[in-house]
Amino acid sequence: MAHKFAALGHPIQLAARQSETLDAEKTDLQLRYGVPVTLHEFDALLMETHAQFLAMLPELPEVAVSVVGLMGSQERSERDHLLASCIMRSNYEGPANILALLANRFEERGSGTLVGLSSVAGERGRATNYVYGSAKAGFTAFLSGLRNRLAKRGVHVVTVLPGYVATKMTEGMNLPARLTAQPSDVAERIVVAVKRKNDVIYVRPVWRMTMLIIRLIPEGFFKRLRL
Amino acid sequence: MKLSGWGRSPLVDAQVSVPRDLEALQKLLASKPSVIARGCGRAYGDSAINSSATIDMRRLNRMLAFDPKTGQLIAEAGVVLCDIIAAFLPRGWFPMVTPGTKFVTLGGMIAADVHGKNHRKHGSFRGCVDWIDVIGADGSIQRCSSKSHVELFEHTLGGMGLTGIILRAAVRLRAVETGWIRQTTIPAPNLKSAMTALERAQDSTYSVAWIDCLGTGGNLGRSLVFLGDHANASDLPTYRSLHPFATPAKRKLSVPFNFPCFALNRFSLRAFNSLYYRVGVWNRGQQLVDWDSYFYPLDAVADWHRIYGRKGFAQFQCAIPLNRSEEGLSALLQTVAKAGAGSFLAVLKRFGPQESRFSFPMEGYSLALDFPITTKNSHLWPNLDRITIEHGGRFYLAKDSRMSAETLRASDDRVGSFVQMRAESGWKSSFQSAQAERLVL
Repeated sequence: MAHKFAALGHPIQLAARQSETLDAEKTDLQLRYGVPVTLHEFDALLMETHAQFLAMLPELPEVAVSVVGLMGSQERSERDHLLASCIMRSNYEGPANILALLANRFEERGSGTLVGLSSVAGERGRATNYVYGSAKAGFTAFLSGLRNRLAKRGVHVVTVLPGYVATKMTEGMNLPARLTAQPSDVAERIVVAVKRKNDVIYVRPVWRMTMLIIRLIPEGFFKRLRL
Repeated sequence: MKLSGWGRSPLVDAQVSVPRDLEALQKLLASKPSVIARGCGRAYGDSAINSSATIDMRRLNRMLAFDPKTGQLIAEAGVVLCDIIAAFLPRGWFPMVTPGTKFVTLGGMIAADVHGKNHRKHGSFRGCVDWIDVIGADGSIQRCSSKSHVELFEHTLGGMGLTGIILRAAVRLRAVETGWIRQTTIPAPNLKSAMTALERAQDSTYSVAWIDCLGTGGNLGRSLVFLGDHANASDLPTYRSLHPFATPAKRKLSVPFNFPCFALNRFSLRAFNSLYYRVGVWNRGQQLVDWDSYFYPLDAVADWHRIYGRKGFAQFQCAIPLNRSEEGLSALLQTVAKAGAGSFLAVLKRFGPQESRFSFPMEGYSLALDFPITTKNSHLWPNLDRITIEHGGRFYLAKDSRMSAETLRASDDRVGSFVQMRAESGWKSSFQSAQAERLVL
């Protein structure tokens, strides 16, 4: 993602836990694209630190992308309510919290784009991943509300529902190749969406139809399915 | 998953892992009995396939440092050549040596010790490599160069990944004034005149000949010889000299499906080759060509290997020593023309001198031919192998997918010492590819 934006000449701010581990990424981005790159310590779950994190940024970014997320194990989170809570906070509260703060600053400035990576899992709760899915559903609703609120304020919000992506999170899972995107495809699609001011994007178009069908299945029937 | 090389044959069911950092890579090495590293999968055959553990290195792809005084780039092995060009050509740097595609990783170029159209002048890729970091079976990293750990360095260049995993390397780029090439096209009616043109071209940085391998009799070896040099800023027309590195964006073509096996036959090939030759004759003389069209014409057509159909194709590339070249090349071309099995992509290059432990090039001529995999063509291979060996030639492992261990040994007397080195250093048990198994390396 940083690569695609840097290639367009955008300065890059990378925020993460243990941001010093991103030193090599920083050098790589600078060498490849000749843009300034800064690293910032950020923990999505330490919400009381978010305001200070924003205050410390060298400048308010033009585009902010949240790729925070934690899949976790559905099976374990059914038995371990603290793990379930951590998954919910990581996928909803944390990212929503920082985007809310950014939204206010963007609104003050009257410009900017917020991008939130949510998930198709949030479109309908399924037995196999509803803890993760419910948090993503909350996040999707949050983004949609934010977009509605800021639409007349010059601030745009993009909701990304990537579908399956070949990342560390999905490594080892047996994913159907036709439904699976590469991280660079997701990034490419996001850059286009930011430019075109798209609202809700799927990376592989087949997901839009798939999720429409899944949403339309009557609940009485849906609850008997194994999905 | 099913893996193959660029030739799409053989197809091997293989376990692929994609480490994202050094730690993950070291863990893999500790847990698997033997591995092979894989880059973009552009070797034609089974060089980068290990059925139990193939390591996809493309996520270890960070550029680590660049020195604008010397042009030295330090990067991880998974960095792709097209990204190096994209990052550094606008700043006036171009690879010293480049193969015919830009979709190759740094590690792959080192492992195959690739060559370009400037081998005669600048040698193979090794010439621009200052040092390599290689991970051994125990996970430890050794930095090798022409001064320290020399044997590891020498065997890793051209060692097809069989000496350890190439993790990082320092390579030098070449300073260029523009992104353009001054190309001279010389039509040559037969092999002899093509070779004469290449011999005379010793002052050109780049030289290569495309051969119509369906030509027979007086047309045997009918060729277009392409010479090239990096254009200086003063060579460009004024409207280009303001942005000397900007080259026109190319239309992206692709081959969306496998061609049926009958699409390529001697008639369609003959028609293509004749047309190509005529266009070349028409364009004879000097032209300015952008770097992408000059070095990577085939990259403009994504998945071009599909034209050879579902069964895939194999490439034959040999090098024959200078004093036997003419004789050997005529014999090879006669055999191919007689079988009517020619390909679009018959390429002739003049190699300069080369000292190496296991790299492919030697001073002389190199001929590369593609053939779709058919029963008829499979009868052709042994003849081409025999002619090459009779003339003291050898074969390019990055292109090979079908040679036998005996053929390799008959063609290259360095195999013995390479195998011995592998056994003594413990590389043999830890780094193994399907190709190495087939060739008993």
